[in-house]
Amino acid sequence: MSKPAESAAAPTALVPIPRGPVPHAPESARLREIEIQVDGKAVSVPEGATILDAARKLGIETPTLCFLETLTPVNVCRVCVVELEGARTLVPACSRKVEPGMSVKTDSERVRLSRKLVLEFLASSVDVSTAPAFPEYMERYDAHPERFGKDNATVAQPVKIDNDLYVRDYSKCILCYKCVEACGIDAQNTFAIAVAGRGFTAHIATEFDVPLPDSACVYCGNCIGVCPTGALMFKSEYDMRQAGTWDESRQTRTDTICPYCGVGCDLTIHAQDDKIVRVTSPLDNSVTHGNLCIKGRFGWQFVEVQPAEKK
Amino acid sequence: MVLLWGSNARETHPIFFHHLLKGVRHGAKLYVMDPRRTSSAQWGDVWLGLNVGSDISLANAMGREIIAAGLANEKFIKNATSGFDAYKAHVEEYTLERAERDTGVPAQVIRETAHAYARAERAQICWTLGITEHHNAVDNVLSLINLALLTGHVGRYGSGVNPLRGQNNVQGGGDMGAIPDRLPGFQHVENNELRGKFERAWGVAIPPKRGWHLTDMFNAMERGELTTLYVLGENPADSEADRHRCLKLLRGLEFMVVQDMFYTKTAELATVVLPAAAGWCESEGTVTSSERRVQRVRRAVPPPAGTRDDMEIIFELARRMGRDWGKLDSEKLWDEMRALSPMHGGMSYARLEEMGGIQWPCYDESHPGEMFLHSRLWQEPLIGPRAPFSPVEFVPPVDKLDEQYPIRLTTGRRLDSYNTNVQTGLYASPLRQPETLDLSPEDGAHYKLEEGERVRVSSRRGSVVAPVRFDPGLRRGLAFLTTHFHDQVATNDLTIDASDPKSGTSEFKATAIRIEKELTPSQGD
Amino acid sequence: MDLHFTGAEPTPAERAAVDSVLGDPESGWDGGERCPELDGHTASDGQQRNLRRDRLLPALHAIQSRVGWITPGAVNYTGLRLDIPPAEVYGVASFYGMFSLSARPPVVAHVCDDIACLTCGAEGLCQELEKQLGPAGTPCSARRAVWQRSACLGLCERAPAAMITRAGETPRERVLAPASVGDIVSALNDAVEDRMPAQPDSLNAQLSVPQAGSVDLDLHLLRRIGSSNPSLEDYQRQGGYEALRKALDLGPDGVIREVAAAKLLGRGGAAFPAAKKWEALHVQRHLLKENPGRKHYLICNADESEPGTFKDRVLMEGDPFAVLEGMTIAALAAGAEQGYIYLRGEYPLAAERMQRAIHEARHADLLGDNVLGRGLKFDIELRRGAGAYICGEETALFNSIEGYRGEPRNKPPFPTQAGLFRQPTVVNNVETLVNVPLIIREGGAAYAKAGTANSIGYRVFCLSGHVVRPGVYEIAMGVTLRSLIELAGGVGGNGRLQAVLLGGAAGAFVSPKELDTPLTFEDTRAIGATLGSGVVMLFDDSVDLKKILLRIAEFFRHETCGQCVPCRVGVVRQEEALQRLVAGKSFATAAEDINLLRQMGQAMRDASICGLGQTASTAIESALSRWSLFS
Repeated sequence: MSKPAESAAAPTALVPIPRGPVPHAPESARLREIEIQVDGKAVSVPEGATILDAARKLGIETPTLCFLETLTPVNVCRVCVVELEGARTLVPACSRKVEPGMSVKTDSERVRLSRKLVLEFLASSVDVSTAPAFPEYMERYDAHPERFGKDNATVAQPVKIDNDLYVRDYSKCILCYKCVEACGIDAQNTFAIAVAGRGFTAHIATEFDVPLPDSACVYCGNCIGVCPTGALMFKSEYDMRQAGTWDESRQTRTDTICPYCGVGCDLTIHAQDDKIVRVTSPLDNSVTHGNLCIKGRFGWQFVEVQPAEKK
Repeated sequence: MVLLWGSNARETHPIFFHHLLKGVRHGAKLYVMDPRRTSSAQWGDVWLGLNVGSDISLANAMGREIIAAGLANEKFIKNATSGFDAYKAHVEEYTLERAERDTGVPAQVIRETAHAYARAERAQICWTLGITEHHNAVDNVLSLINLALLTGHVGRYGSGVNPLRGQNNVQGGGDMGAIPDRLPGFQHVENNELRGKFERAWGVAIPPKRGWHLTDMFNAMERGELTTLYVLGENPADSEADRHRCLKLLRGLEFMVVQDMFYTKTAELATVVLPAAAGWCESEGTVTSSERRVQRVRRAVPPPAGTRDDMEIIFELARRMGRDWGKLDSEKLWDEMRALSPMHGGMSYARLEEMGGIQWPCYDESHPGEMFLHSRLWQEPLIGPRAPFSPVEFVPPVDKLDEQYPIRLTTGRRLDSYNTNVQTGLYASPLRQPETLDLSPEDGAHYKLEEGERVRVSSRRGSVVAPVRFDPGLRRGLAFLTTHFHDQVATNDLTIDASDPKSGTSEFKATAIRIEKELTPSQGD
Repeated sequence: MDLHFTGAEPTPAERAAVDSVLGDPESGWDGGERCPELDGHTASDGQQRNLRRDRLLPALHAIQSRVGWITPGAVNYTGLRLDIPPAEVYGVASFYGMFSLSARPPVVAHVCDDIACLTCGAEGLCQELEKQLGPAGTPCSARRAVWQRSACLGLCERAPAAMITRAGETPRERVLAPASVGDIVSALNDAVEDRMPAQPDSLNAQLSVPQAGSVDLDLHLLRRIGSSNPSLEDYQRQGGYEALRKALDLGPDGVIREVAAAKLLGRGGAAFPAAKKWEALHVQRHLLKENPGRKHYLICNADESEPGTFKDRVLMEGDPFAVLEGMTIAALAAGAEQGYIYLRGEYPLAAERMQRAIHEARHADLLGDNVLGRGLKFDIELRRGAGAYICGEETALFNSIEGYRGEPRNKPPFPTQAGLFRQPTVVNNVETLVNVPLIIREGGAAYAKAGTANSIGYRVFCLSGHVVRPGVYEIAMGVTLRSLIELAGGVGGNGRLQAVLLGGAAGAFVSPKELDTPLTFEDTRAIGATLGSGVVMLFDDSVDLKKILLRIAEFFRHETCGQCVPCRVGVVRQEEALQRLVAGKSFATAAEDINLLRQMGQAMRDASICGLGQTASTAIESALSRWSLFS
């Protein structure tokens, strides 16, 4: 190789380096728009979008439980089902991708019946008292779980408190798979938990149901971040709820940056009466996608220790 | 492709590792260079378990192999670099066989890694303290930069060299001029024009010469030239290598101010302690992440009574020294800074808020920030100076192994703990275990040790007692301690303060030790 | 992957079991002995081991049959060897009925109490066993054995049925049908004392295929069944593999043309045109060349588990090479180089016959890299299920082979787009495949002369319950239900027919008034029934149909995978409502509970992911609409 031309000077720390062009990510292919009909209204969404995306674009509210933007759709709760013209059964809006010419009904009698039954099935077998979405859904679909009686099978079981950070109350678990996805392939890749067993007794478990401290759990809390029912809860919140002091109306939320490494994770600090009570991260944050590690999620307790106690 | 070199990001940068795994799940290859088979290494397609401190031999051998196999990016080298011929001649002696002797990694594995890196469409080298906590830290980094220049894996989307920062604002500290020779925006203090700009803005004279880095400071204390120290948010009494020397020097100071959230070991030695608020949740400002993203930190809760925001303390000090800077307003401060630092010019608080942080450089308020650096190297004709190859020589760790000290101790961190554990020690981590000296099962058998048995660990500088634990991720002759639990095991009683002359970082990663059965129970040193 | 294991270490036997499937470990990092020099400095297995995840189910089988249960140490070792987190190994293992996740005696008697066996005295049998051995599930014979109730074992023509398994260094399985209390007790004792025959069962053609050997009947699908030990030689002497030779001459297009002309519809229950599936892969063939990572797969669905169904078992036991030949022709058409037979776990004899047939076919160049020297590459791997009815659903079957829980996937994508290992895949039922050589040999047009205009060809039915000669029967489609019953000697039991279950637990009950319905897809559909998997189960009027309905409800409650809410909870609420109705304890009126059942049925049909939930109420609803059982 020939000797480099001498024209360009060697860099020196004293002189700022001139600017280059502003870098860009490679252009991804432009997606074509696909038009479908939802409840008689035409709507266009990009190829690869789902019926749920199309419905949302029209402002049509579709109930979801197992769906979350940051997770691969598992379409198991079936509360988002819609009626697709030409399909034998209803289809899950959260995962069914749009195809040209689709015509979808989101509020037909069949849709309403299935959604009602799904809500009744869940509310009659699971404690949904801390699931924020349920009251509104139940009202909207006129769900009456009590019509299955009092002695019906439920998933009621003792609360699992086996460490100081998490509480797992599987009486509240609707088996939406979100925690498994967040612990596994969609975020944390730790796979401390999986769905075990089969049928009505299928449940979220570590291997042989060993306590969390014996499992692979690294206490990132990302499972709690995605749980839609409060089955998984921070111990701090659980204790306050038990004591009757948890009051979200008195809480502030402030976004800041985690101090524990250079990645720059966005922390949302939930404080009640100027005390930190919980830490989350926004789902739409490009750094975290809602995920944190044990330090970011729980390492705040030192702030709450009074200076005199600080060593 | 990612070379994760001297980094256990799975535990030290967990959310970065999420992104990395997303790549791996989409087919990216991961090669991990680490003496230990860490949790990060277990994700690697290939793990190169090199001997502690032999990184340069490995990198040079990879460079030689890439050149010999005709895989160097000649076009890029010709257009954008300088010193290639000297580099080529320099690495000639680093054959695969020699590198196998130096590193312990089979020659075939080194060869395969070199080829994979050179052939990759996009490749990054990410490193952490495994590269920088060595006596030749800067040389280690240069040896990796050479590889990126050789293959053109820099200045392009998805490629690059990437030091993973250990704290939320290590980068920001540098950005703001907390480097001995720089003013904010990496503007050199010895450049009269640049310094003049600051002097005019601030109405003060700035010393025109670079200052001391940490190691220089301790040396200056030893020489008696440094007698007064103002420590903000650092705990050198626990965190410095060769702690005995460090403590002696700190005790010898005439006057020391410690400004911290905690009453640390260092604070115990201070003349004055200024209790500070937690920067990340009790005050307003910005930090810069590892990807150069400037982000806002905000006050979520008020600081406890009796403590003050760091800036408030400095404002108050200034006032008492006769300069009234007025009322603290973090946005006003930031605007002053970005008026002086061109690379931060376009980062108004409003834009930081709106864009969720901006990656520098961002020169004006229409500039989007830059997702990677050095795009200029791909311009023809080249913009700016050539990027130089820097031939560097492999020099083994300072603390030599011999018959008396036959085991190589290296140090690192655990997922749930942070530095000297002053913050993380206060939450109830179910993962936390008492500090142990981690040994390979082979050494456990060799020394006839049981797990949990206490041993005396001695280096040429000190000795500690610790229970042992067996870790199959270690091999014969390799031991591991963290630096989190100085109350239990004062790891830095053992470490050496041999430090890199350029960066001032100590060689925490390579200590020669011996272990002996501890027959009677005793506590530490 | 950074796996974390509990402290449980595998025993040498557990290691041996896993290694017997996976081979010896390659390094210390793979569970082998540590080589300090090499393992201390490098490991290159990282992402690679994970590619063997599909070995998980075979490894679990090996552990179960060697150790008798899936132990924590074995779970850890399997996870380490395959790079699968132990929680996932546990999650998969606990999905299958044949695996025990807690210590269990090595000898287990599985006693069928499903609907066909119920009509033949299974309840009395279980009660007597309880007296002699203690309650189901409690160890007996000095804690070395245990008996338990089982869902349909697919031995309905020989009801009541039982199966004994013994774990150990040489694991054994043994089928007892028909089974008496004495048979079961003495077989248990034999098993405990290590005196089990090597052969799990034998096919008695006279008993299971009453038409077999009849010269008067022009049998097509069953014509070769009769030999107790079918060999390749016999098969070829009777014209076997002529069809494959002809198919190789015809080429894929020709084969698809013939099968399309024969209008062959799938015999597994869904009745989808076989040629269409093959065509869907055939047209993607050019992509195989462009992408070396792309593959086509052919799967023979032999996970026959629908209560009352046993035809596929008999076909595999009696004519295994016909299945292989059909698969090879299908593979030729679809461009698949790898085939799988996913065989129901409870079919030990069929497994042995098929495995031996594969072996012989390989030796005779009828499978392998160059089939018959004609450049066709195709091989077959036998995979055994492990006691999960749902794995007969094709997408659940993919997950099961791949080493995941056998949970169905949402469709689309359809298997022909993204099936096994997310590659284009054809799934055909055993009986469908056995039709294939016949069609090729006779020609599609000639085959199409059999049957009716819209239901073409021959069909195999499984007659059981109160019928004089239960067994597998072949008829041309279009024969009436009445004629089929007469072919089997007429109504058995007390001779007074009450109901016929047509199509299986996911099928429908028909009344004696509907016996003149021709057995075609369209005629059964017209009366709200289905041919399903060919189940024809008769109940005389001594049977309490309500109990049969309850048993069906219980079956679905047991077999739902639990993934989607409508099915997971729906089948439970359905059984509870039926329990109330049977007990006369409805909250308000029986009519309200019946209305509730219909609403639940509608939601399960509309909103469940797969066919199980979608059909879990059909048999029950069909009975409710035909009889006033609860008024």
